[in-house]
Amino acid sequence: MSEKSYREALREAMEQEMERDESVLLMGEDIGVYGGTHLITDGLIDKFGPHRIMDTPIAEGGFTGAAVGMAMMGLKPVVEMMTWNFSFLAADQIIQNAAKVRYFSGGQVEVPLVIRGPNGGGVQLSAQHTHSLENMYGHFPGLKVVSPVTPYDVKGMMTTAIRDPNPVIFLEAGALYGTKGEVPDDDYTVPFGKARVAREGDDVTLISYGRQVNLCMRVADKLEEEDDVSAEVIDVRSIRPLDEETIIESVKKTHRAVAVQEQWRYFGVASEVAAIIQDKAFDYLDAPVMRVSGAEVPAPYARNLEVAAFPSEEMVADAARRALYMEVKG
Amino acid sequence: MDLKGARTGHGSVGLESDDLLRMYRCMLLARKVDERSWILNRQGKAAFVISCQGQEAAQVGTAYNLRPGHDYVYPYYRDSGITLLLGQTARGQFLSLLGKKEDPNSAGRQMPGHYSSRELNIVTASAPVGVQYPQATGSALAFKMRGEDGVVLACGGEASTSGGDCHEAMNFAGIHDLPVVFLIENNAYAISVPEKMQVAGSIYKRAEGYGFPGVEVDGNDVLAVYEAARDAFERARRGEGPTLIEARTYRMTAHSSDDDDRRYREREEIEGWRQKDPIIRFEKYLEEAGLLDDESKEEIAASIKDEVDEASEYAEQAPYADPEEAVERVYAEG
Ligand SMILES: Cc1ncc(C[n+]2csc(CCOP(=O)(O)OP(=O)(O)O)c2C)c(N)n1
Ligand SMILES: [Mg+2]
Repeated sequence: MSEKSYREALREAMEQEMERDESVLLMGEDIGVYGGTHLITDGLIDKFGPHRIMDTPIAEGGFTGAAVGMAMMGLKPVVEMMTWNFSFLAADQIIQNAAKVRYFSGGQVEVPLVIRGPNGGGVQLSAQHTHSLENMYGHFPGLKVVSPVTPYDVKGMMTTAIRDPNPVIFLEAGALYGTKGEVPDDDYTVPFGKARVAREGDDVTLISYGRQVNLCMRVADKLEEEDDVSAEVIDVRSIRPLDEETIIESVKKTHRAVAVQEQWRYFGVASEVAAIIQDKAFDYLDAPVMRVSGAEVPAPYARNLEVAAFPSEEMVADAARRALYMEVKG
Repeated sequence: MDLKGARTGHGSVGLESDDLLRMYRCMLLARKVDERSWILNRQGKAAFVISCQGQEAAQVGTAYNLRPGHDYVYPYYRDSGITLLLGQTARGQFLSLLGKKEDPNSAGRQMPGHYSSRELNIVTASAPVGVQYPQATGSALAFKMRGEDGVVLACGGEASTSGGDCHEAMNFAGIHDLPVVFLIENNAYAISVPEKMQVAGSIYKRAEGYGFPGVEVDGNDVLAVYEAARDAFERARRGEGPTLIEARTYRMTAHSSDDDDRRYREREEIEGWRQKDPIIRFEKYLEEAGLLDDESKEEIAASIKDEVDEASEYAEQAPYADPEEAVERVYAEG
């Protein structure tokens, strides 16, 4: 166990899997000599050479398609999207093909493919670099979708992803690559389909994933200090499969829930969470399930506009207060 | 390398001395605005800078063939030389750089380097590269359907040719003989990835397969670029279809303010290209042609410095948009 950044933990998982399994290789733009524009693959080309750390042309559809072909042959490519926003250019390969090959081959063919990269916004790069794609990719059967936020989880979930025989959409908290935490040095796995209770509480459940988990943790502190409210925070971390049980158990205890997401309100993960709660814990609810989402605009560039377009501590705290029938402050 | 038109004489391409001085001033203005942008970045005032440095000749030489507000242009993020020539201002560039309310491109909504002007027919660029080419063919088709003689200029770096959009656009342009000029500014790198890992064969030679001309030109020779582009624009206006121009040049700065280019290229390589700086080369030409001397050079430099000073100060003082405005301008009314 030692302290590592999210970036280092992620790199370590890939490095250890590459050592363990020769069929694992990395592909993407600028991942070789440069070490990736977010330095996730820094130093790996020296260790594994350009055949296993492969720089690709700027052709997301092309190299993702190539990775699907490699995976069907038994290789295990880990493809870097420089940011998830560029995956729209590869959407046909991912959604129409990687997700469906196993089914359409009648179960004969596996696609052990991981696609990874920074997701979400908050680093002032405007809308075409700022999408959070949990809801979009979470929609499609055939894909597994995860969104880890701690250094511990990112290493364990990357290891799980590489060992999984299915295509995995690995959505990293791009704004948090530098954050640190305790991470085991040896390899380990964190299973998909299991949420993490990030903080225990009794009065209200805050449910989120990715960067917004940290926001919820700050809000939980604030609610305790300012309102004497004890909030439980659930980090969903696995979007598909989704751990309904942990969410339901928590709501049965607190009777109130706020679902928080960075992307837009309509058709989002928070809507799904709200639907599941009303489905399976309706009789336990003391208030409607609240949702907090980004503003209904493409993310703007200017810092003050960008901040205005994302969920804030105040918005989440007030949503919790509304769920508790307390006076809102924002 | 067989570079076309090294040191084309200006008389032979039909340019007057006034034209040359206008081109020179615009190239220098683009350079100076860019240099100031990096200073603002280092001072912590500009979050993100992406540069034109080294590519001014490719940009201005080509754009000198555009009729502002009549032809259409799809510039890419380095093309401030094009947009300044068309009539955008240093002030506008800094307002955009700082994400201010008066940013003429996007009112603070889009990153710097993504130019947009309805009046000048400058189409806002996509951050994902290569997307401009199919759109440009659509605009060219619109000109053709309406029987107008407009030409569409679509620009990008060499790596923007690697994705499918570029192929799809060139195929479509070739089928319909569209009035579009594709300008590829080949500056040898895509962030860290060198051309040999990006481009199979040759870009300009691909045009032959689509059934239209492709030319390679010394992108640091503004007159050679002008001549190649003039031929392409004239061809398009005659209704004969597209041309692909590959301008060979060099990215003199890091990819952007987020990049550290010491990780992947030697300082000597950059030094070597500094000797071929398009602005220095053009200065030499102008001096030899008797169009520029020390005195007039200083005069131009001083007037550009004043313009840049005034513009950056104005932009620094200018207000940001109110946060409430973030939600405006998503949908058109109607
Ligand atoms: C589709 C897509 N993938 C990746 C990126 C990230 N990116 C931005 S600029 C760039 C390099 C582009 O190189 P080139 O086209 O040669 O233009 P240059 O920057 O060298 O002028 C990359 C990879 C992007 N903008 N769009
Ligand atoms: Mg380039």
